Amino acid sequence: MKTICLYFQVHQPWRLKTYRFFNMGKDHNYLDDLTNRAIMQKIARQCYLPMNALLLKLIKENNGKFRCSFSLTGTVVEQFRAYAPEVLESFKALAETGCVEFLAETYSHSLAALASKEDFVEQVKLHTAMIKKEFGQKPTAFRNTELIYSDSIGAMVAEMGFKTMLAEGAKHILGWKSPDFVYANAEDQKLRLLLRNYKLSDDIAFRFSNQGWAEYPLTADKYASWLAAENGEVINLFMDYETFGEHQKASTGILDFMKALPKAILEHGDMEFETVSKAAAKHQPVSVLHCPHVMSWADEERDITAWIGNELQNEAFSKLYALKDKVKSLKNADFDYVWNFLQTSDHFYYMATKWLSDGDVHSYFNPYDSSYEAFINYMNVLSDFQIEVEKALAAKKSRKKA
Amino acid sequence: MRVLMFGWEFPPHIAGGLGTACYGMTRGLARNDVDVTFVMPKASGDEDQRFVDVVNASDVEAVFGNVEGGVEDIIDKISFVHIDSNMVPYISPEEYLAYHDEYVKSGKKTWETSDVWSQRYTFSGKYGANLMEEVARYAIIAAQVAKDLEGQFDVIHAHDWLTYFAGIAAKRVSGKPLVVHMHATSFDRGSADNIDTRVYEMERAGMAAADCVIAVSNLTRNIIIEKYNIPADRVVTVHNAVRFEGKENEFLERGVEDKIVTFLGRITYQKGPDYFVEAAAKVLKRVPNVRFVMAGSGDMMNHVIRRVARLGIADRFHFTGFLRGDDVHKMFRLSDVYIMPSVSEPFGISPLEAMRSNVPVIISKQSGVAEVLDYAVKVDYWDVDAMADAIYGLITYPALADMFSKKGLEEVTNLKWNNAAAKIKKIYQEVIDNAK
Repeated sequence: MKTICLYFQVHQPWRLKTYRFFNMGKDHNYLDDLTNRAIMQKIARQCYLPMNALLLKLIKENNGKFRCSFSLTGTVVEQFRAYAPEVLESFKALAETGCVEFLAETYSHSLAALASKEDFVEQVKLHTAMIKKEFGQKPTAFRNTELIYSDSIGAMVAEMGFKTMLAEGAKHILGWKSPDFVYANAEDQKLRLLLRNYKLSDDIAFRFSNQGWAEYPLTADKYASWLAAENGEVINLFMDYETFGEHQKASTGILDFMKALPKAILEHGDMEFETVSKAAAKHQPVSVLHCPHVMSWADEERDITAWIGNELQNEAFSKLYALKDKVKSLKNADFDYVWNFLQTSDHFYYMATKWLSDGDVHSYFNPYDSSYEAFINYMNVLSDFQIEVEKALAAKKSRKKA
Repeated sequence: MRVLMFGWEFPPHIAGGLGTACYGMTRGLARNDVDVTFVMPKASGDEDQRFVDVVNASDVEAVFGNVEGGVEDIIDKISFVHIDSNMVPYISPEEYLAYHDEYVKSGKKTWETSDVWSQRYTFSGKYGANLMEEVARYAIIAAQVAKDLEGQFDVIHAHDWLTYFAGIAAKRVSGKPLVVHMHATSFDRGSADNIDTRVYEMERAGMAAADCVIAVSNLTRNIIIEKYNIPADRVVTVHNAVRFEGKENEFLERGVEDKIVTFLGRITYQKGPDYFVEAAAKVLKRVPNVRFVMAGSGDMMNHVIRRVARLGIADRFHFTGFLRGDDVHKMFRLSDVYIMPSVSEPFGISPLEAMRSNVPVIISKQSGVAEVLDYAVKVDYWDVDAMADAIYGLITYPALADMFSKKGLEEVTNLKWNNAAAKIKKIYQEVIDNAK
């Protein structure tokens, strides 16, 4: 029996408003409320609501035979609460079916795993608590921001008690090996790894509506036959949830494709759907995966240079995490809130200067005209936050003395 | 006395010191009883087929925009002539060509240049295909303007090399004497062995044809005599001045408590932004409670941002992008120290504007304005240690800062456009007398 493991990533960053030097010290609202709200409500209308309704229907129709997994970031859940509570309700309805697993990740879709173990653990704890509160599940599987993974990140995840972790089935790591098996972390072999089959995942996520593609149009039956032909035990189809209705508009037929897919797959008789944790538990790891250097699911290079690497990103990153101890010692929810959304990886993504191989994807997601603008705006916000943190610390100290 | 002036745009729509200088000068001339017909280029849409647009003095307010300080007193003295053209101050032949190519390719008439928050630039395809062609075309129309206005002016005054051909053409048509005003030379824009020879030739031709050349500083005057071979007795220095608008010291609530050190200008090689960044890094090693602001945009901006990031001072070094109108005043009023580290600066009005707002200034010795100021710290542009020292002193010792800001304000108050304009009027009189 071959296992099909579907996992959808749901994330929206809190976008910053244009924050100028003149705002510093006076204005501490950093967010572009109008844009955040408009984008959230548009995507809710085009993707989250219709897709959640469709998945709920598919789960009910198939009597538990259709299953899938989600990872929702803390920032997207905060935005559901603020701008689209009905979306959050529909995710809760999915959770109640028992056929949907919610994964753990960093609360802010952050790069904390690259900063320090302490930052990482704190972000994961925050997220786990949120998932438990909203969906009543305690996550046992972990997916890191943008599938950022290395042997040592895996070891940290295992230490936190997770049994399964997701990673990219990157060519440079796998070599001749297939992503369609369960692997184990090199430092702690109890941690099982599910690797994304990027070819089959991107057939849906990127190529579905591409009329220049030799396989266009992609039907559910055709796709199911590809899955059937694949040698392996578990096929991991990981993609952004916004693929359905947002990146690929409803007019491309993506929702109809999804509607027909479970039946087309189950008809084969030798394939089943499973959630992430169960898929990993069902199969024995075939080998240890060695990944000494950090990788991700982004860009042709499958590395982390989209977020960290150029001088702008490095400076912003180090200035941000230098603030950690101070913010923590304040123990103030307002400061924590800002601290969390400033960590979101998207801010660093906007500062990327590598536009050659994957420029299209980068500019699609980027509200700024240039990486320099993104950097200036972020640093202005961060500088003001820094000032506020210092002020609050000084006030706290003087209170203690009194 | 009546003058036909080929000048540049007026505030608030200005790209730099040239517009500010033209504005102050015309006002000063008006006060000295000189009638000015101000001719300036202005790109308009293709649908408008008129090349020349004479603006009535009663429309002057629209031209001045929201600049306060009253125009009533000069309303009878200045009239405007708009000539449709793509020319803007400071444009280089290469930039012009790039805009034109982009226009031909995309048909776009307006776009932002590639720097952060840069100015909007309007371009129209009906004008010359390259800058030199456009300068020639502008001169032909200028000749027509001079003919139409025959008998209505006694002398011609042209600012910046782009209008020199226009000035020469007007002189040929009318037979009136020509005064050209050198606000900058090719040697300020490029390095000595790497200047644009086409521009150099136009500057030289303009000065050779002129009855008198006005230089904005002795620094510039020397370059004109030595590098352009213009006879010394035909080159006169008239230093620029500064105008008070009455809101230089309005109260402004400060957001940040740290000391603020400001650079304001185009972020180009000529202005020495790199030296400011290096000096800032040195100061930040000693004193934590200071912030540096770089206001402006230009072709070196991205380079400077990267350098700031690499030095690890980006949380203390801020960029505002291009500022205009009230934001400029605001920036001065927020500053504790103003710095102009120009590698080469024919004059440099901005330190005077800072002093107007009670801000102590540090200027490079390689600037014309250094000739007229005593109460400014003067350093070599390349001496970042001296620059850092001066910044440190001014933000650390209140007595020093007070002295510079008080004495500086006194000093700058005496630099009046009325006086500069009186000198210019005298030059007009001389060339008119000589022409007879």
